[in-house]
Amino acid sequence: MSDIRADLRYAASHEWARLEADGTVTVGISDHAQEALGDVVFIELPDVGAQLAAGQEAGVVESVKAASDIYAPVGGEVIAVNTGLADGPEGVNSDPYGSWFFKLQPSDVSELDKLLDADGYRAAADEA
Amino acid sequence: MGKRTPLYDQHLALGAKMVDFGGWDMPLHYGSQVEEHHQVRRDCGVFDVSHMTVVDLSGSDAKVFLQMLLANDVARLASPGKALYSAMLNERGGVVDDLIVYLTEDGYCLVVNAATRDKDLAWMQQCSEGFDVELRERADLGMLAVQGPQARARTCEQVNHVRAELIRALKPFQGFADGDWFIARTGYTGEDGLEIILPQDQVAGFFSELVGAGISPIGLGARDTLRLEAGMNLYGQDMDDSTSPLISNMAWTLAWEPAERQFMGRAALEAQRAQGALPRLVGLVLEERGVLRAHQVVRVVGVGDGEITSGSYSPTLGKSIALARVPAATGVRAEVEIRGKWYPVRVVQPTFVRHGKVLI
Repeated sequence: MSDIRADLRYAASHEWARLEADGTVTVGISDHAQEALGDVVFIELPDVGAQLAAGQEAGVVESVKAASDIYAPVGGEVIAVNTGLADGPEGVNSDPYGSWFFKLQPSDVSELDKLLDADGYRAAADEA
Repeated sequence: MGKRTPLYDQHLALGAKMVDFGGWDMPLHYGSQVEEHHQVRRDCGVFDVSHMTVVDLSGSDAKVFLQMLLANDVARLASPGKALYSAMLNERGGVVDDLIVYLTEDGYCLVVNAATRDKDLAWMQQCSEGFDVELRERADLGMLAVQGPQARARTCEQVNHVRAELIRALKPFQGFADGDWFIARTGYTGEDGLEIILPQDQVAGFFSELVGAGISPIGLGARDTLRLEAGMNLYGQDMDDSTSPLISNMAWTLAWEPAERQFMGRAALEAQRAQGALPRLVGLVLEERGVLRAHQVVRVVGVGDGEITSGSYSPTLGKSIALARVPAATGVRAEVEIRGKWYPVRVVQPTFVRHGKVLI
């Protein structure tokens, strides 16, 4: 069974989002997502400074099996990307919640409330 | 629910992620496809290939029938146990399937793809009209592939002394029958190894022994990246009923001599060959980060367009590789469109890795 953390919010498209103490939002993909993708070999990240709307395409995860888009779970400006993923994309498989993709300065923090909580995401992931 | 091999329950018990493959429920991987790939290149692993179709052919016309049916010439099989890789063509020279044919004591044994079983059997039956041959599908048999540099040595430790001696003595593309087992030094990974055809009710026991001895089970995912690195075609992807061997990097499997051997599809191939400037199936290497995938467009500036037929990430090279059908005049550089952007690729001979060595 996949690991779904109670302290995170989730998009139905399988990104997790964590509100940090400084008001920024860190984004990655869920354990369920990495399991479905299989071995991750390449990640295309957004540019720092990019303005993203909630639900907008923010990058691509390529596994050996397939490519899949990643979406911004909330809107905002990209303030950092995890450049370490370029050399160690497999970290997404071994530690999906430690292997963050990018950080956003959210334009509207309340958008986080529209995301799924752990129970909601578990229900959604079970159906998928 | 798909068809199941005798190993279905063991795959689940080993934690396999199961997928549909040509109507069969097969293991994609048992955790990490990339790790399984490395395991085969460095040591060895065991694959369940019991979904593949085994057909026995006997009868007084068996040889002349296969000389008509197959584009390679079974006359090249000098003694029982020898194996030959061949295309089976339609009248238009398109590939109905690719297969391995073994000469046996009583005739021939053909191993064809699982996904093409129905049409293959129908085509063989149709072509056999007027020949004294008997085709018999061996659904009672299963098949394991043990592949990797240590495959033969490790397998020898799990079989009796006599069988082990026979395995050690095998030359590449040669096999032997031992009771109701048939063991051949063939495979689909570019490494040394064995393919073992055995009664269905013995498959689970032998697989357990191999896995129990520490030989890793390997899924279809790694099977695909291993064959791609080895530059081996996958039927339905790199060639099919509409593509001839001449444009599928399979010209080496065509036996043109003797000239009077009128094999199925020969006239069409001769016409194609005479016409010249045929597309080629080549290898591509992406030097930048990204992954080449089937059906992406290949652009060769000043020459024309082509298409990727198989693409993936190569665990051995640590970069993406592909097979692509490109115009005849393609040189050493091309570009591939990935999500709207054009990436430069190197055009190479489509054998990327053999026996653990990088060739490009």
